[in-house]
Amino acid sequence: MTDMIRASGLVKRYKDVEALAGLDLTVPEGTVLALLGPNGAGKTTAVKCLTTLIKPDAGSAEIAGVDVLTNPAGARARMGLSGQYAAVDEHLTGYENLVMVGRLYHLGKAQAQARARELLERFDLTEAADRPSKTYSGGMRRRLDLAGALVAEPPVLILDEPTTGLDVRSRQQMWDVIRELVASGSTLLLTTQYLEEADRLADDILVIDHGRAIAQGTADELKARTGGERIEVVLADAEDREAAVRVLTEVAVDSVRVGDNGRELTAAVGGSPTGDLLRVLQGFERETVTVLDVGLRRPTLDDVFLALTGHAAEDREVNGSKGATTDETEKELSR
Amino acid sequence: MSTQSLASALSDGWVVAQRNVIKIKRVPDILVFVLISPIMFVLLFAYVFGGAIDVPGNVDYKEFLVPGIFAQTVVFGATFTGYGLADDMQKGIIDRFRSLPMSRSAVLVGRTTSDVVYNVISLVIMALTGLLVGWRIREGIADALLGFVLLLVFAYAISWIMAYVGLIVPSVEVVNNASFVVIMPLTFVSNAFVPTESFSGPLQTFVEWNPVSTVTQACRELFGNTAAGVPVPDSWAMQNPVVYSLLWAAAIVAVFAPLSVRQYRLSTSK
Repeated sequence: MTDMIRASGLVKRYKDVEALAGLDLTVPEGTVLALLGPNGAGKTTAVKCLTTLIKPDAGSAEIAGVDVLTNPAGARARMGLSGQYAAVDEHLTGYENLVMVGRLYHLGKAQAQARARELLERFDLTEAADRPSKTYSGGMRRRLDLAGALVAEPPVLILDEPTTGLDVRSRQQMWDVIRELVASGSTLLLTTQYLEEADRLADDILVIDHGRAIAQGTADELKARTGGERIEVVLADAEDREAAVRVLTEVAVDSVRVGDNGRELTAAVGGSPTGDLLRVLQGFERETVTVLDVGLRRPTLDDVFLALTGHAAEDREVNGSKGATTDETEKELSR
Repeated sequence: MSTQSLASALSDGWVVAQRNVIKIKRVPDILVFVLISPIMFVLLFAYVFGGAIDVPGNVDYKEFLVPGIFAQTVVFGATFTGYGLADDMQKGIIDRFRSLPMSRSAVLVGRTTSDVVYNVISLVIMALTGLLVGWRIREGIADALLGFVLLLVFAYAISWIMAYVGLIVPSVEVVNNASFVVIMPLTFVSNAFVPTESFSGPLQTFVEWNPVSTVTQACRELFGNTAAGVPVPDSWAMQNPVVYSLLWAAAIVAVFAPLSVRQYRLSTSK
């Protein structure tokens, strides 16, 4: 399998901030790599280097075998970019936007028009095709922008935070669209701060922080790094804590974690989690521990991410709602 | 620049120009605002200051004034180029342009080209305003057409200066002030509103060699708005206004087109 996207040793400095500190990545043909990281991790800067929008201070990158530094036009012809901020002309209609992009890809007028209609259809924008795009909703604009990236059917697609700021329904729609693209054989690099998004869409995940990779693997591999499954218990009464910890310790592979309020307990468990859960329940009955909730939970990417980037687990928000704010710091840095 | 890259600069530039023209159609209020000021100038000079300005010969001041207003209008109108470009640079669409395998100069070529359309519209409005206040074309149609073409060519050249200004300013709001610095001396220290003779010493020399003066002089001659028996100032520029103005236009494009393209690349590859 050939690598369609390849970067090695990318470095980019803005004054005294090192936005990229030697980033390496490869994306084999037909696969999806998610670049996952918090605000200011260097995701957008990496995308800008790969898409020839900025020149890295050091390092090299290739798109479909074409060097982005020595042949930027050739690289641009082989990829489509859909950015964090929808790159559409607000005064042009959806149709006019796509025809313009097609003609700038040198498709020829008739072909650009046919392609524009086809994409509007595919992205469910036919009804809005003849309205100026400034009347579009955020989700519609993103879809139009993504359609713009697909006009020339490039083999490589780079999506910078494709769903940041979208509501749940629009995000779901976007995911469906992206999954279709992957199914049709595109090679895709996407950046995201939604852990759930990386889990759902990517074959491989590269976690970056402070401009460098801190971990890489499939979602399962990354999850394995924070240990196996865990039993979570919410006690009805904090006074039962000692007894509950005693029961959990019998099955736990590590020490039992106690939440701030003293009623939430977490225990990582080993090879037979359901058997362990059963033993815990029996133990609680024996010790007359009353619980509000007890359950088995697989670690989420959140856990991995937080373990790797060193944020306290207590700070984290519910899976999926994190990162609703835009990447302001990074935007400031790279503009 | 190779033939191929020139061809793609032109064809990509044409696509961008079409996009800009659509924008003029969709947001005509910008056009209205930019056109009101030259109309105000015609009325102001024709009816307010005009009475106090002596024009040599027996030519009516309004006939003297209107070709000058044409020259002033196209110079002021070039600000539109700066605005448009500064505005584009802040919009998301520029990211799309930058990620496409299109010519790097297409955004600039497109902008200056679409502004020719804008200048044609503004010259038509100014000509109608001129006719209303009493200006007339007294030479042949061919000469008159040459006059308008000269104005458009000169306007195109000034567009490139303003394109550069639009690229170096930090925001759209600054374009106005920055271009004012270029435009005011060029248009007011010229023969557009008052005769050359009314300036003294070195200022008069400046006026005689100022391309805005020669464009104005050329238009007056081509439209037949000069008075018989009044001598043309004795500088080569004023004696050969069409050639001299065209040389200026060529020189401006030769300097500012490469400068602007360079600036565009710089500001899009930080």
